[in-house]
Parts: sequence; structure tokens; C-alpha cells
Amino acid sequence: MNIALTHLQRLEAESIHIFREVAASFSKPVMLYSVGKDSSVLMHLAMKAFYPAKPPFPFLHVDTTWKFREMIAFRDQMAQKLGFDLLVHVNEDGVREGINPFDHGSNTHTHVMKTVALRQALDKYGFDAAFGGARRDEEKSRAKERIFSFRNAQHAWDPKNQRPEMWKIFNTRIAPGESIRVFPLSNWTELDIWQYILQENIPIVPLYFAKERPVVERDGMLILKDDERMQLRPGEAVENRLVRFRTLGCYPLTGAIESEADTLEAIVGEMLTARTSERQGRLIDRDEAGSMEKKKREGYF
Amino acid sequence: MRHIMAKSLAPTDSIRDYMAAQEKKSLLRFLTCGSVDDGKSTLIGRLLSDTKQIFEDQLAALEKDSRKHGTTGDDIDFALLVDGLEAEREQGITIDVAYRFFATPKRKFIVADTPGHEQYTRNMATGASTADLAIVLIDARQGVLRQTRRHSIIASLLGIRHIVLAVNKIDLVGFDKTVFDRIVADYDEFARELGFVSVVPIPMSARFGDNVTSRSERTPWYSGPSLIEHLETVSVDEAAVELPFRFPVQYVNRPNLDFRGFAGTVASGSVSQGDEVVVAKSGKASRVKRIVAQGGDLEQAVAGQAITLVLEDEVEVSRGNLLVSPAARPQVADQFAANIVWFDEQALLPGRSYILRTETDQVSATVTELKYRVNVNDFAHEAAKSLDINEVGVCNLSTRAPIAFDPFAENRTTGAFILIDRITNATVGAGMILHSLRRAENIHWQSLDVGKRGRSDLKNQRPAVFWFTGLSGSGKSTIANLFEKKLFASGRHTYILDGDNVRHGLNRDLGFTDADRVENIRRVAEVAKLMADAGLIVIVSFISPFSAERRMARELMAEGEFVEVFVDTPFEECARRDPKGLYARALSGEIKNFTGVDSPYEAPQNPEIHLKTLGRSPQEMAEALEHWLTERDIAEEQYDNGGGI
Repeated sequence: MNIALTHLQRLEAESIHIFREVAASFSKPVMLYSVGKDSSVLMHLAMKAFYPAKPPFPFLHVDTTWKFREMIAFRDQMAQKLGFDLLVHVNEDGVREGINPFDHGSNTHTHVMKTVALRQALDKYGFDAAFGGARRDEEKSRAKERIFSFRNAQHAWDPKNQRPEMWKIFNTRIAPGESIRVFPLSNWTELDIWQYILQENIPIVPLYFAKERPVVERDGMLILKDDERMQLRPGEAVENRLVRFRTLGCYPLTGAIESEADTLEAIVGEMLTARTSERQGRLIDRDEAGSMEKKKREGYF
Repeated sequence: MRHIMAKSLAPTDSIRDYMAAQEKKSLLRFLTCGSVDDGKSTLIGRLLSDTKQIFEDQLAALEKDSRKHGTTGDDIDFALLVDGLEAEREQGITIDVAYRFFATPKRKFIVADTPGHEQYTRNMATGASTADLAIVLIDARQGVLRQTRRHSIIASLLGIRHIVLAVNKIDLVGFDKTVFDRIVADYDEFARELGFVSVVPIPMSARFGDNVTSRSERTPWYSGPSLIEHLETVSVDEAAVELPFRFPVQYVNRPNLDFRGFAGTVASGSVSQGDEVVVAKSGKASRVKRIVAQGGDLEQAVAGQAITLVLEDEVEVSRGNLLVSPAARPQVADQFAANIVWFDEQALLPGRSYILRTETDQVSATVTELKYRVNVNDFAHEAAKSLDINEVGVCNLSTRAPIAFDPFAENRTTGAFILIDRITNATVGAGMILHSLRRAENIHWQSLDVGKRGRSDLKNQRPAVFWFTGLSGSGKSTIANLFEKKLFASGRHTYILDGDNVRHGLNRDLGFTDADRVENIRRVAEVAKLMADAGLIVIVSFISPFSAERRMARELMAEGEFVEVFVDTPFEECARRDPKGLYARALSGEIKNFTGVDSPYEAPQNPEIHLKTLGRSPQEMAEALEHWLTERDIAEEQYDNGGGI
């Protein structure tokens, strides 16, 4: 009898268990769908967890209006193909005020268009549990977070006072207005994600694969000029370079990397020799020390 | 430039080969624990660094952080790599557990870096609950400390069988073998009773890397493995697959009338298509028709797999039940003994009702008896009336309905539970079941022919429990007395249970500690229940300061029968009235544990009746109560006669 589960089988089983626990214990869960590779894996696992039924919860995309165009196209295509219930929320107050990453900086933009927008959406629909794709290997404050992470009625995280989380016995009890953020990928690493995408042949946004793209070098990062809203500064020029993205967010805040990896195998190969972490390409983590923790305490995922 | 990726060195085929090799690696989950400042976080930083798990940008950030918060002079302070919270970096301590991931060519690792401070023991337990091995760090200059012992006991209780005794900072004692030997002897002496399968002592300097990834030349007298060598090779196989089949039903998947699947994770053993299985709580048997998975049914599933089972027959199974092997069944009981580790600032109180949660089941539970508390220094079994935060003890528990379980020693998944506070929803304790209690099996409900309905119909009334709560001197007894007189005058059958009076008889053995207050309320609630069962209208007049016990009383009674009456008089007014002279004595310190003075009163949030007494006469309030009761009875009568059932 071949009994030893492989590493990816173990991770998959743990994530499926978490999905089902939420479906069984909460009255109104939602899955935060950010269109990136982790979201793709999350969605794939959700489909498996409830097969032959569809996941018994909707998917929510908080659209900052600054995502790569290819992400939006991919999102709509996946929603149609898999037939899930997709909710899209935009902070219309932020749009009216013209909040954008160029004039207001990454901090304000992320706070208004992502964190506040998320809180608005959770309140609007009254969700009591929200799945996110965060992994503990991403960042040091995430390494500290529970799989079932309690949020008070203001959506705030209190990192100094987390509930003990024993075995696979999750405390899902909350008072009205409170909620739980749930992270089924907590114990996955970036390499696990890529290996699983390769093994399961999971569709991902084409931006992850190397291609000639028009980029501008700015603040030590290669920014893809995705639309006309990005104005060139003096001395800047658009160049076509062979690049791909290791992680995806708002295009003005996400750095591309020069790479020739245009297949999943090549991406995994690249990963094995990587000398920098994936979040290096994310401007928002580096605004200030402890910035991820601060954002999370305010309700960011 | 920093944004250029290194080119992949390997062609596609070798990537596939590499992945296949990765997949075959086993996983070891371990934790680092021990007292404050023994170097846990530093050790993990060292492990991550020496196994090349730290990226360049992280290293740069770490160097910057080390200059700002570091405690190691000009060197990199590796602790800052794992102490990921702002408060931790500022205070230089670990508050919560951090999970880190690394791999060597032989094995993959998930390590939980846990805090040493006693006040964060619950976070250490969190890290230990999913680990198979514990690295217990000891500062060579300090030796075995209280926290070393506490963490070792908790690790043992949580089922960890493998220990690495890391005698750290060996450089600071001049790499002295005698120091090492003495600490090892001390620990062995102490750990003898903890049931560890292996205890491997290693002299170490986490800061300088001695005996971490390779053997150090500075400890020539040490011939054992380096830490990594040991972690790569130690066998911790629990062989859950060898145990009897256990499948906690987590979720019933029913997308349409033609499909009814039981989703869950196999806790132990294995199951194949066609196998006979039994529903643990009812004993009903069926067979496995399908093991459903996306991409095609499975022939077989083993411990650790998350699956969906379809059975041959329409048997009654819901979340919280277990599907099990017919040959080896779990225990099903509502009374059992368990080890408990307590996490909450509010002590565990026997008699108080908590929510007990197993992996998928949830039920009300009370600790009926605290048998003893374990002294973490010498394992002495001490008599105790409550378990305080971070204490460990053995308790008898009673649940509202039976649960299915195995002793924790036989099955770590089906033998574990947590306790949740009913009011705050905090996770207040963790439990490991020892065995069921015989007495539960031998006492059965005697069924009686005359029922509550018959008894109350004869009295031409509906039973009710009016539960008066409020501070001493708030007017409970006065209002209750007037209320009863009115009911009596209108021909109703009543009884008053008064706090002071009951303490002269039934509860004369109880004092005023939190534990005794809980028991006081438990008893009077049970008596009120019997009286309501006899058909009476019961008026309970007790301070009953804790919302948990009032809720317990409410849940004892039938739906709609419990009427919480909050006699709301401000503390200042009660102290001013002071009808029995008690406030004066409490405020002067003469009486201890006096509600409102040095013992808390938790006001009801949603009482059925809220009596704000200021400016209202007791007579007026008693009338309001009678009016409320009449209204209720009319409403219920209409419901009964209106064909509403």
C-alpha cells in the first residue's frame, strides 16, 4: 500500500480542510480574488473542496482601477469559464477624489483604494468570513498570523492578542459585526505554488511569462506602461524589454523582472536560483518599517 | 541591476526530475521553545541563513533593522528575522509564534518559533500542537529553568515524543564539557516521567553556528550529530495510517437531491470503496459506495487526505459525527477525564459552562471536578479550586450531549478539544482526553408518566423562571417579595429562591470566591429547573454577577421559560442604601470578594425585563412584572389555540 502523501498532497489536503471548515461554520463567507497566481491556486482548491458542487460562496475582487489590463481580462474570462459568482467592488469615493498612485503615493493609494475599499465591501455585503491567499513565507508579519485570523467589528487585526490555534481545531465563533480572515495557503511557499500550478496545469495571468513589454525604469524598478494614465518624467523613456512579473498588483507599484522564462518549467527553474524575495517587486511593503503589519492592522489582507 | 532574474540553469527535463525528487522528501514540523533569552529566534535565523533561505533583499532589510533594534553589536541580529511584529522588535522579545519554512537536500521543514515568556504560553502551545519534535533551548549559563520545565511538560502533554536539548551559548561557558554534562543530567532526571521516545542533547552556539549545520571543532569532546544532521534523519513517524479508520464528518455536501457526500479529512487509518463503516454515535452501519474527487473517484484514501465519501445507504450523519471502522470503534460518552492547559486570564472554574469543540463537533461542557493541578517544577499533584492562566491540570468534564472520541494517547486528532468562553468567544483552554468516566454509562434517565405540562395545567398556569440579577441592595428581594404576593393573590403557584436563604441551607458549604459563586448559581439553577418542571412560577433572587452563569441557567430551561430581570440600581445608590451594612464593611476591606467593590458585576446585555429602579416604587415595578407575565400567557394561549403548531 502506497501510503505516504507527497508534500503537495499534504498542502492540498490542509487547504481543502480549511475551505470546508469555513463553509460549515460561517453563514456568509466570501473569497477574496485578487487575480494573481495565489488566487488562481486558491480558486483551484476551492473547486476541488466542494466538487461536485460549486464553492458555496461568491468571489470578491476589490478593483483599485489600477490593475494591469490583462488581469481584468483574465478575471472576467475565468468567471465565465468556471461559472462562479463574481462581485467587483471599487471605492467610488476614492475614484471621485481622483486618488491614484502617481500623485498620492503608494501609501495613500493602497489605503484608500484597497484597504478602505475592502472594508466597504465587507460591510456592504455583511460577510463574516473572508478567504485570502496570503502565505506565511511572504513577509515576516504574515509569518505570525493564524490560519483563522480574528478581526474586530472595525476589521482590525490585534497581532499581540491572537487566539490560540490548536491542532486543526479552529475557533470559528464571533459576535455580530466581527469577522475572520482565513488563509488556506498559510503553509505554502512560493516554490510550492509554482510547482502546484505546474502539476495541476492551473491557468494564470500571462503577465507571469516572459515577453517583450514596454517598460519604464523608475525608482529602481521596471514599470510596465499599461495605459496612458502613466506620464513620463523628464529623462524617462519607454523601452521594449523581455520581462515578466513575479507578483501582480497595481501596475504603477509593481516592478517587472528581466527574464526569459516563458514556460512554467522555466519559471520554476528560475525560482530555484532566485536570490531575492518575491515581494521585492512590491513597492508597498517598503514604504516604512513594519509597513505590512501596519496595513494589516488597519484591515488590509 | 537588482531586477534581473538569474537565468534558469537547468533545462526543462531536469526541472521535472527535480520536482519529482522534491515531492518524495519527507516533512518535519518542529518548534523551538524554552525560557526567555535562551536564543530560540537566533537559532532559527541561523538555520535559515546557513541553509540559504534568506534572500538578498531580506538580508539587506535585516542589516538595516539590526542597526536600529539589534542586540548583537555590529553583527546581524538574526532574531529580527523571525520577530516579525513591531512590538517584538521594539521590545526585543518574541510575543507570538512565527512559522518559517526551509529545506535541505534531504528533508523539508516547518519550524514554529515560539515565545519564552510565561505570559505567552498559549502561543507556545499553538506552535507545539502541530509539531512532531521540540528543540528545547537552554542557556548554558542558566541551566534548566522553570520555563524549560513548563514547555517540556506542555510538549509532552500535546503528544510530542522527540526532544532536542539544545544547550546553547556554550561559547559563553568556554565550551566546557562539565557544564554540558551537568545540564543534560539535570534535564534527564526531570524528563524521565514525560514519556519522550528520544532526547538528544547537543552543545551549541546559535549565534556563531557551532554544531548547528556542521560539527564544531570547538567542542571536540562532543561526538553526536549536528542539529541539522539530526533533524534530517530523526524518525518521528506517527504512522497514523496504521491506526483504526476515523473520519470526522466536517461538511455534508448536498448540491442536489441525487448527491449526498460526507466531506472531511481522514484522521487515521485508511478506507477503500466497498468498506463497511459505522456511524460512531448511532452505531448504524453502511458501506462506502464512492470516494469522490475532481478528476475521477479514488479507490482508496489514507490518513491526511481530504476526501468526500458517498455511502450505500441513507444513514443519518451530520457534522460532528465520525465514520469509523466497525472492528475498532471510538468511545461515545458525555463524561470523561482530560488533561487541560489553561490559556485565559479568567481562571477555569468548575461548574461554569464552556463550549467544547473537537475537530468538527461542538457541545456545551462543564468541568465537574478539578482533580488536581500539576506543579511544573516537580510534577506534584496539587489540590486546586481553579486553574489559572498557563496552568495545567486534570479534570472531569461533562458535556450536554455525548461526543465520539479516542484517548489522546491513541489518536492525536480524535482525542483533542479546545474550550471556548461563551461570552467573549476566546479560546480559553486546550484538552487532551484521558478516558471516559464509567458513571456516565450507568445512570440513565428514568422516564415518568406525569409530565411538566400536566402538572402546570393542573395549576392552570405556565411555568416560568424569573431570574432577578443585580447588585446587593439594588432591591431584588423587595420587588421579588411584592411580585410574589401579587401572583399569590391571583391564585398562581409560586416559589422564591432567595440568595441569602439558600446560602443558609443547600449552599451553606459555599463561600464567595469566583469558583464558589459559579457553583452557587449552578445549584440554584438546577433547583429552579426542577421547580419549573413541577409547574411552578419560580422567582430567583440572586446577585448572580457573571453573565456566563446566567446564560447557563437560561440554557437549562425550556424555550421562553427563562425571564432575566435586571434590577438596575447604580452602585452609588446601593452603597448609600446599604440595608445590611455590608457596603461599609466591604469598602473598609473587612469583607473580601464583595460584588461591585472587589469582585466584578457583569450587567446583562439583553435582559427580558430591565428595571431601572431610580425614581420608581417597588410596588409599581412589581405591577409591571405581573403585567409582563399576563401578556406572555395571553400571547402563548393565542398561539396554542390558533392552530399555530
